[in-house]
Order: sequence, then structure tokens, then C-alpha cells
Amino acid sequence: MNDPIQHRGEIIAAARDVWKSYDRGRISVLQDVNLDVRAGEVVALWGASGSGKSTLLHLLGGLDTPDRGALWVCGLDPCHEASRNELRRRHLGFVFQLHNLIPDLTVEENIRVPALAAGRAKADTAARVRTLTEQVGLSHRIGHRVQDLSGGERQRTAICRALMNAPRLLLADEPTGSLDEQTGESIFALLKQLAASEGVAVVLATHERRFAEACDRLVRVRNGKLSEA
Amino acid sequence: MRFLSLIFTNLLRHRLRALIGVAGIGFGVAAMLAILAIVTGAIGMFERILSNDSHYLVFERNVSDLFFSSVTTGQVRDIRALTQVESAHPLLFGIVSVPGNPVVTCFGIEADDPRLVRGEWRAGSRDTFGKNDGEVYLGARAAEFLHAKFGEMVGIGRGTFKVGGIFKNENGFEDGGVFLPLKDAQAFFHREGVASVVAVKLRDRSQGAVFKAAIEGAHAGVIALENREFSQSYNSFKILNFTAWAVGVCAFFLGGLGVANTMLLSVFGRIREIAVLRVCGFSERQVAALIFGEAALIAAAGLAVGFSIGLLMLGVMERVPQFNGYVQARVEPLVVAGITVTALVTAVVGAIYPARFAARIQPAEALRYE
Repeated sequence: MNDPIQHRGEIIAAARDVWKSYDRGRISVLQDVNLDVRAGEVVALWGASGSGKSTLLHLLGGLDTPDRGALWVCGLDPCHEASRNELRRRHLGFVFQLHNLIPDLTVEENIRVPALAAGRAKADTAARVRTLTEQVGLSHRIGHRVQDLSGGERQRTAICRALMNAPRLLLADEPTGSLDEQTGESIFALLKQLAASEGVAVVLATHERRFAEACDRLVRVRNGKLSEA
Repeated sequence: MRFLSLIFTNLLRHRLRALIGVAGIGFGVAAMLAILAIVTGAIGMFERILSNDSHYLVFERNVSDLFFSSVTTGQVRDIRALTQVESAHPLLFGIVSVPGNPVVTCFGIEADDPRLVRGEWRAGSRDTFGKNDGEVYLGARAAEFLHAKFGEMVGIGRGTFKVGGIFKNENGFEDGGVFLPLKDAQAFFHREGVASVVAVKLRDRSQGAVFKAAIEGAHAGVIALENREFSQSYNSFKILNFTAWAVGVCAFFLGGLGVANTMLLSVFGRIREIAVLRVCGFSERQVAALIFGEAALIAAAGLAVGFSIGLLMLGVMERVPQFNGYVQARVEPLVVAGITVTALVTAVVGAIYPARFAARIQPAEALRYE
């Protein structure tokens, strides 16, 4: 089989002997990285800025390709163009440090963008939007444009968007990085709660130890290498 | 939210850019519509002058322009003698100048010409046409710009004529033209014994081929063409049409550059946003479709604006006295279809590079430096 990891059962994402560098190899970012992510668990990638956390998330999400090594996510190879769109539409959700919402669209319209990419009919997705916005406490803001929202509300909208197509893996890159302490904590708590209620695995890149320690697993990233804490 | 509403929202978010694109296409559409409608209208008027209640046109073979064609009086007589022919009306074209109007078409015709019968007589009567020496008959519009009244003397070219009658004609060229008895026109233009063209009406239209063979067999120097056949093959019409389309396409080329510029600015301004769409599962094809859709919507708005401006311009031009009624715009369905297709193609071609650029945005590159 092409996907031996899938056959082990509960591992939904894996990296094997992954290397990544930039500037024609002059800047080494990841070196011989191995990682398994199991269904439903919240894994923290903890490390300083520039340690390689975001790069590993990008590789898992098919936003970038490794120099060497192999990756599998939900039975698909994110390095292959054909698999990437399928992965992003059906199995993956992304949350970024900056919300990266589309200005001038409403909360609801932003949340619907992944459904649009997947070609889902508007009627099919209405209930899903309602459920998600209720879960994150945004149902009263559903018709508002994103520029009218606070930072925390924008990030909650981004989380709803990431979960719109009910992915199995959520990749969150410093989701609390641009928020104040209190809002950051509420967003982190929300992510954990949604991971549990939606049964979605989360890989969370963070430089904040308190959040990393509150996850199911803590993987330290230092100088492009991973070590399980 | 649907794909189309995302396209629409994207344009509304960048109104000024979108308006520049719409204006580019709009001006192209308006220019093309105006040029083609005027040219098509002019060709139509000229066709009606020639067809003049006839089925066939007989003129000199291989002439570059009908103004240089010569069909002799003897040939006209032979045409009339053919059994298939019900009537044959010779017409001599000439150009004269009058103060303030350097180009006025002069028609040398016989007294039984259908134009005189059809005309709505404002002064005088067709009964006197050709009976008095030194008389000229004027189209109603020509009488206006010549400030000439019935019975007055009017200077035309190097001569002075008495106005023998004034009649209104629906055809702009004829209404702005001057009419002389054929013999007087031949003398005036030093073309004694010839006409430019002969409009022939057959007793039985199905006998056209027999008539054509008979006249061309007897006179190798002339050619007989059905009116429709003539319109399609006449070089001057072809040149006019080609020039109109060429000028119109050039206008669209500029419009296309406007769309390309608008779409490029639009793509460059939202690289990060497009990267997020890719992260959310949009394929390269979907991103490209988004950009092409925006360009097509700009083209659609440009078409609406352009057709409105163009039709308004034509309406004004038809009423401006300085055009002497020569502008009789004709907006044909084929022209509308051609302009619509050209506008859409221009917009889509203008969006090719921006769409390619957008589709190839690498999300990781675009999002790396948050």
C-alpha cells in the first residue's frame, strides 16, 4: 500500500525523515523531523520564533514541499498537487496568527468560503454555519462585516472557517499570537473545546509555554529538530 | 454565498479600479458601436440609392469605384431592349462643392426615375423635371444648408442654377443631394453619353441569370450584379467595413489593456487573500475562474455603459444640423453581437496574465511573513 501509516489505525498525520531548507540550502529550517498526530489529540509545537514550527505546519498542510522525507495526512500525500486540493477541502483546516479573513465579507460569508471551494450548496451549509457560530458565541455577529469585529471575534470567525468542512486535522499557527492575554486564553480554550466536540486533531504552533503545556502533547521545536517533552 | 456573489463583492470592494476597467471597455464599445452604426448606415443609404426599386445593377467591369464607372447610352438602350427587363434607370454620380459644403453628391437622373415619384414634394413638381433649361432640383436637407428656395438661383460648383423643385427623401444622401436631368449632369461633369450605373428591374426575377448572361455576353465591358451580390462584393463597402472594424478593435485593444491593468492591480493588491482562498481549498482553476469572472463582469458592465453612451451619441449625431442628415445610424444585430463578443474576448484575454499570476500564488510564500 502507498499509505502504511493509515493502516495503523489512529494516526491521521505523519512526517517521516523530513528536511527543509531555504535559500538553496543555506538556511536549514527542519532537519530529520518525525512526527505522528493521532485522531482527536491536541499537539503543541512549542519553540521560539524561527525554530521551524510554521514551516512544519505548512508542510503538513501542503502549502510547501520538503527537500527530503515523506508526509501523509488522512491517507493523502500533501506534496502531490492532486491531493492538496482534496486535503484542504475535506480534511484540513487552517488558523493563522492573523485571522486572514476577507474584508468586506460578513462573518457568515467568510465562514462559507471553504464550502464554496468544495462546491457545497448554500442550503447544505446553513445549519453548519449556525452550529459553529453558536459554539464560538458569534451567532449575534453573523451578518456583520469582519472589519466591524474585535480581534478575538475575528479569530473566532477564522476558527469557524477552518472547521466549516468538518476537517479531521486543524493546523493552528500561533492563533493567540496577535491577541491580548485574556482573549488569547479564551481562543485557546475554544480551540481545545472544539477539538473535543468536533473530534478533530489539532497541531498548534505556539511560542507560549502555558498554552503548550495545556495541550495533550508537547513537542519542542529547536533549531529545526523535534523533541517530545 | 455563491461563486458569483464573491466575484461581485470583489469588484465592489475595489470600486475605483473596477470603474476604470468598465470605462475602458465602455469607451471601446461606444466607439465601435458609433463607427459601425454610422458606416453600416451609410452603406445602407448608398445601397438604397443604387437599388432604387430594382433587382440588378449594371456598371463598368473592374472599376475601383462607381463614380468612375461608365455605361454608355447605347448600352442602356440595349438593356432596355431585353425582353426580361421591365425598366432600367441610368444614374450618373458626381460630386460638387458649394460654399460651406465641399462635398455634395449630385445625381443625374431621367424624369421617370422612381426617386422623383417617391419623393415628398415640398415645392415644385416632378412634372417639370428636365423640361426647363438650367434648373436643379434639391433634396429638402440640401435646400436647408444651401439656404435655397423654390425659384431662386443657387450656385453649385462652377455653375448657377434655378431651383426647379424641392423634395423630401428618406435617404440621407439623397435628401442632402442635388438632382440634375441626366443630360444636363453629363454636360456638367463632361461625361456626355454615359451613366455611372443602371438600376434594372426585371419582369420576372427568376430570369436574372438569363438577363445577366445576355447583357454581359453582348457587352464585355459591363457587369450585372444582383443588389445583394453587389453589396457583398463592392470594394468601397468592404474597405469601409474593414476600416470600421479595425478602428473599433483598436479601441477595444486599449480597453483590453485597461482591463489587464485593473485585474493586475486587483490581484497584486490581494495576494494574501488569494493565498487564503488556496488554503481554504480553492484550486488553481477556481482562483483563475474568479479573476476571469471579475473581468467578464467588468466587460458586461462596460457593454451596458458603452451601448448606452454609443446609442446616445448616435441619437445626438443624427440630429446635429452640421451633419446634413448624412448620419443615419443602423444598429444591426450582427454588429451588436460582434461588439459583445469582442468586448468579452478582450476582457478575458486581458485577464489571462492576472489569472495565471493569481493561480500560481504560493500560499506558503504569501503567508510566511505574517
